Amino acid sequence: MSRTPLELVCPAGTPGALRAAVDAGADVVYLGFRDETNARNFPGLNFSRPELRDGLAYAHERGCRIYVAVNTFATAGNPGPWHRAVDDAAELGADALILADIGLLDYARRRHPETRRHLSVQASASNPTAIAYYHETFGVQRVVLPRVLTVTEIARLNAQIPVETEVFAFGGMCVMAEGRCALSAYATGRSPNMNGVCSPASHVRYEQGVGGMVSRLGRFTINEFPDGEPAGYPTLCKGRFVTGGCAGYLFEEPTSLDASAVLSELMAAGVRALKIEGRQRGRAYIAEVVAAFRRAVDAAARGDPVPPLGLGGMTEGLRKTTGAYTKTWR
Amino acid sequence: MTPAAKLTLGPVLYNWPAEVKRDFYFRIADEAAVDVVYLGEVVCSKRSSFFGPYVPEVAERLARAGKDVVHSTLALIMNEREMETVRALAAAPDLRVEANDISGAALLAGRPHVIGPFVNVYNEGTLEVLVRGGADRIVLPCELPVGSLEVLGRAAGGAELELQVFGRLPLALSARCYHARAHDVHKDGCRYVCEEDPDGMALETLDGDGFLAVNGTQTLSHTLCCLLRELEALRDLGIGCFRLWPQSVDMVAVAGIFRGVLDGRDDPAEAEARLGELVDIAPFSNGFYHGREGAVLVAGGTFSPAG
Repeated sequence: MSRTPLELVCPAGTPGALRAAVDAGADVVYLGFRDETNARNFPGLNFSRPELRDGLAYAHERGCRIYVAVNTFATAGNPGPWHRAVDDAAELGADALILADIGLLDYARRRHPETRRHLSVQASASNPTAIAYYHETFGVQRVVLPRVLTVTEIARLNAQIPVETEVFAFGGMCVMAEGRCALSAYATGRSPNMNGVCSPASHVRYEQGVGGMVSRLGRFTINEFPDGEPAGYPTLCKGRFVTGGCAGYLFEEPTSLDASAVLSELMAAGVRALKIEGRQRGRAYIAEVVAAFRRAVDAAARGDPVPPLGLGGMTEGLRKTTGAYTKTWR
Repeated sequence: MTPAAKLTLGPVLYNWPAEVKRDFYFRIADEAAVDVVYLGEVVCSKRSSFFGPYVPEVAERLARAGKDVVHSTLALIMNEREMETVRALAAAPDLRVEANDISGAALLAGRPHVIGPFVNVYNEGTLEVLVRGGADRIVLPCELPVGSLEVLGRAAGGAELELQVFGRLPLALSARCYHARAHDVHKDGCRYVCEEDPDGMALETLDGDGFLAVNGTQTLSHTLCCLLRELEALRDLGIGCFRLWPQSVDMVAVAGIFRGVLDGRDDPAEAEARLGELVDIAPFSNGFYHGREGAVLVAGGTFSPAG
């Protein structure tokens, strides 16, 4: 029996990555503007207005849609950049806005009622009452679920809400509830919610220590690697720390989310769309990951078993996890 | 004229034994110079049943002592059972409730309520929407810099604004329990190991720097936020309520020190020195207020509101 395939929502940080995602079979490409209005505010990444216009044309000609993420929280007293991002995305014809800030949702609903509004994962809406609030108050039509729920909880949630859900399927993984984490701000003064960055490269240092390479974020040591071992990037919550006299990866090992093993279950749970993380990734990565998930999503829609993705080389620390989707993760 | 500043006591975030918590609140009722006391389990629903039976008695004693009692909801609500605890609070018409998830604000819409610090209020647009929904006090996120506080102070209208001025900074929430993980037990069979750490479990860097504190599914700062020297500037910006997060120290004495500065009786720098002698579990920080990394202590920094 064939079912409606899950919508495949793919990242792009550059026009080249956008074309790669479209060509590899993305149903949707999501992206952000080149400033602090989006949660991947990295140097050299993201889109200018003309690049968005060209990207929209390229995608729409090929039956692909574009979602624009304006998913940080506007700075008090300076909402201009966030309002302009919403206005420009809507006026250029984006297929949906991905928003987290209540003030900005209110603005988008009043100014651009005809443009679809999706709730960003950064809003951390994890229960039916919260989701109903965003739907009723701001006309939100889809919610990107925070990476805190099990498949069973997602199924129960979908039965109780009037909107579509989208879940993360692959890539980097927050272990904290998204939009509710100030760890990076505590160590560096730069925050996901306010600046669209986490553990920013500007505050990263590698230093040769006695036993090997030490990685630091701000003034804090995040990890230490014996000589000869590759030194990983010091994302704060993937660091090695000491509690109770033992050193270990208390929050999470350096690992990537890979939900392909539970893809059929997510579909059966009533999920509408799968999201791939990685707007900071290059074209080759995007092309390979998107193509693999295209095959997986189509197989699941036919009712076939999901084939192995063959993406082992693409995961952080070459490890993968089904994360919160499986209860034992907690 | 600025209305009288209120000193508030946030809900106990850690898993203190129920009797310890009861006695703590009895002493607060009898002796602490705070105006508002928040009660309730914010972090982990598994803990709720322990203190629950004591809440009516404690709330009554606090109210008799003239404290405004506010019932705080869970911050991360992931299942029906957790949702039910919020619904139960919202359904009691005579309770004053602090919503720590937007679901709570939705259930309390149309009647006066408090928005807790775990709801993201970063700007005047969000503030206005929540005030329209009935919020009459908003506890702001701890990472806001003074520039944002100034704008929000002007935008608050009739609503009160509250900011943390003492205690570990609540930095992150998760579905995953790090206390259980550190003790190599499953969350469902956690044996409540978090009870061993009344101020959270110390988390150090590999080179031995105090960095964070783990409280079950919550992660807090190692440092204790202290905004004694910023109190006057905060009042001028329109912040009217000042939150002390309970730590396992003499909170009556802590409240007394803040009260002395708020009332203009004591010098802030001198009060900070006295607080430092009283509270030696970790160094102080005030970086977020000054627009810096939260972990740092900016010395002598005063802010002059623009215009």
